Amino acid sequence: MDLENQKRVLDLSEKYGKENIAVILGTSEAESAGLTAETVTAGDPTYAGPLAGVSLGLRVYHMFELKDQVDANVYDEQCGMMEMVLDVDAINNEVKSIRDQYCQFKD
Amino acid sequence: MLKDKKVIIIGDRDGIPAPAIEECVKTVGAEVVFAATECFV
Repeated sequence: MDLENQKRVLDLSEKYGKENIAVILGTSEAESAGLTAETVTAGDPTYAGPLAGVSLGLRVYHMFELKDQVDANVYDEQCGMMEMVLDVDAINNEVKSIRDQYCQFKD
Repeated sequence: MLKDKKVIIIGDRDGIPAPAIEECVKTVGAEVVFAATECFV
């Protein structure tokens, strides 16, 4: 995850409170989804950015996991194409696995 | 799940970019406080 974006996530978590934040990812592969999810929950696994050693435990989801939560027409328009070409199950399973391990909020 | 939450969007140029996620999130009453599209390659 981009180092500047790590700083923004850290600052916004402090500003609004971790319990009020949700991070939504649009990553194209399970591996990058997992690394980004880990960064905003357990901390930066590469130890390169501001979130190194900082376990925010934020709620984190991939956009694909939220398909049933958002307006169906808007979802199809904005995400339908990528849903057809990306490995949705692998991405969703990876993000859920990280969330189950490191998210501080179980709701 | 998202209602009344402050949402941070990390989009992907090769996946779903931030503006597309933002359009979806706005339909459930969440507030987008930061949105960026990264390139993970």
